[in-house]
Amino acid sequence: MSGREAFQPQRAAEIIAAGAHREGPLLPILHALQEAFGRVPEAAIPMVAEALNLSRAEVHGVVSFYHDFRREPAGRHVLKLCRAEACQSRGGEARAAEAQIALGVGWGATSADGAVTLQPVYCLGLCAVAPAAMIDDQPVGRLDRSRLASLLDAARGDA
Amino acid sequence: MTDVRLFVPRDAGALAVGADEVAAALRAGLAKRGIAGEIVRTGSRGLYWLEPMVEVATAAGRIAYGPTTPADVEALLDAGLLSGAAHPLRLGRPEDMPFLKRQTRLTFARCGIIDPLSLADYGASGGWRGLERAVAMTGLDVVETVVRSGLRGRGGAGFPTGVKWRTALQAPGARKFIVCNADEGDSGTFADRMLMEGDPFVLIEGMAIAAIAVGASKGFVYIRSEYPHAIETMRQAIDVARRAGYLGAGIAGSPHAFDLELRVGAGAYVCGEETALLDSIEGRRGQVRAKPPLPAHHGLFGQPTVINNVLSLAAVPFILAEGAAAYADFGVGKSRGTMPIQLAGNVRHGGLFETAFGVTLGELVDDIGGGTASGRPVRAVQVGGPLGAYFPRALFDTPFDYEAFAARDGLVGHGGIVVFDDTVDMARQARFAMEFCAVESCGKCTPCRIGSTRGTEVIDRIIRGEGDRAAHLALIADLCETLKFGSLCALGGFTPYPVMSAIRHFPEDFAAVPARAVGAGTP
Repeated sequence: MSGREAFQPQRAAEIIAAGAHREGPLLPILHALQEAFGRVPEAAIPMVAEALNLSRAEVHGVVSFYHDFRREPAGRHVLKLCRAEACQSRGGEARAAEAQIALGVGWGATSADGAVTLQPVYCLGLCAVAPAAMIDDQPVGRLDRSRLASLLDAARGDA
Repeated sequence: MTDVRLFVPRDAGALAVGADEVAAALRAGLAKRGIAGEIVRTGSRGLYWLEPMVEVATAAGRIAYGPTTPADVEALLDAGLLSGAAHPLRLGRPEDMPFLKRQTRLTFARCGIIDPLSLADYGASGGWRGLERAVAMTGLDVVETVVRSGLRGRGGAGFPTGVKWRTALQAPGARKFIVCNADEGDSGTFADRMLMEGDPFVLIEGMAIAAIAVGASKGFVYIRSEYPHAIETMRQAIDVARRAGYLGAGIAGSPHAFDLELRVGAGAYVCGEETALLDSIEGRRGQVRAKPPLPAHHGLFGQPTVINNVLSLAAVPFILAEGAAAYADFGVGKSRGTMPIQLAGNVRHGGLFETAFGVTLGELVDDIGGGTASGRPVRAVQVGGPLGAYFPRALFDTPFDYEAFAARDGLVGHGGIVVFDDTVDMARQARFAMEFCAVESCGKCTPCRIGSTRGTEVIDRIIRGEGDRAAHLALIADLCETLKFGSLCALGGFTPYPVMSAIRHFPEDFAAVPARAVGAGTP
């Protein structure tokens, strides 16, 4: 799980300084910011731009290009459901519909209780045990209706 | 009892079906019986329908049991699992099982057998021999060995690996780079993930050999963020290799300096395209670059760069250790060596099947794969990921070979085969291909950025039965021509493959009243 520290400019500056020496430092820094704060905080963007001698627009362009970078923190758990072909062939779309109904949200949204963010993913490399999902960093294969229901129950019970 | 050794995979595909829980149950069962045993966590052998597959070392070799659950463990131990005794889940020696016996495992020779992070295991199973040969050769000799092996890019494009290396060797540059493309985003493919989790040193060795060949001092492994287990294993393997002197100053006792850095992607499919990947490492939006200049001339940070797929680089240690001819002896025509093929989706025997080129699609799907997991008839297979063509049964005589697939308007791609049963709706699959292109387009080329969205809308009209069907289909064909010839990279350029193959081979699904009931395949 990503962290959920409140944004602190000092902490962000440390993270940026720690990554700035690398060749091509921007993506590793954005990943590290998200790891600490659960998102890429808006306030960190000008700091990154200044440290790397980029424009804010360039940094913003990168943050918005990649699906992984969040502007808002996720729920306590992130459920990634695979929507790609191999999982489609084994009923993945049925699982997707069940998850949306159970959580009462669409793709990319967080359930009202703040427990689960539902994210689409296009392939987890678990195509021989499809349909597949990942809850936080834990892979789940052969996802049937009851397994999905118990995953969601566990995630929502864990307040 | 002494020297009990059990093997349980830590591959993400095995973890996804309970391998950790089985390992914990085994540990508890051993403790309860007062037996001191070692549980080695390996990669996967790639027989996923049998995962979690547990193996035990016996005097007669390793004996496998699977698929296991934690609830089976007590009964297995009582039955004599530790001596390889009979039990309904007993599978025998893995190497005698038909699915493995029929394979030619060159790249995946160690995967599922060794402890992925054990240098001792790697060295004892022939590891580093290719690198040791390479450090005693000139860069040009290494390059020409790879040229003679006939190895072609396993990422999908099939460009001769050695020729790419020769270009980078000859290119002048202050620094040179080796980049491993581990952004395996194609649905139905998982060979890169399996290899990085099951035998990471072979990839490091392949990259070190490439560095010697072209004179590179730095390498990057770019792994997609959807693969946290592969990332963690590679990260540890790079540290272990560096401490042992296989990376850093003077690799393997030679004067060559080469170090590796791991980079994590951020959920953009298009970064699997090599020039977009280079932009991503540099810290930019993953947008495709126009070629020329080739990355071999002007690649990462403007320097000569070899960028290869995981499987291409991992094939190289064998080629150096055993010689170019030993690799080129396998295969057919211009497709030399072996291809790690991945059987996926609605297939009974899903997993990794490494074999010489030339096996037919029908053998792979019906014979080796055992047909569908649902037990219903196979209707279509998609080969080569989301940009690959759908094949009907009528084309199951196609041999697995780059040219044979191209001749039938398809592609081998990264070797993934996704099987669908007769509940598949091919109009929906065609729509998905367009939608996927729209979601993942980097936005640089208008046909890809806009055409995919318009294509999705037109297929929606066909599915809803609105307007003039023939005109819609003509428009799709026209749009696909524009995508094919007006896009810089394979995302826009190849999206027409799944779309047009679905229309060509399954026209009944695009008819006014679809010939079949519409429904998603459910297990």
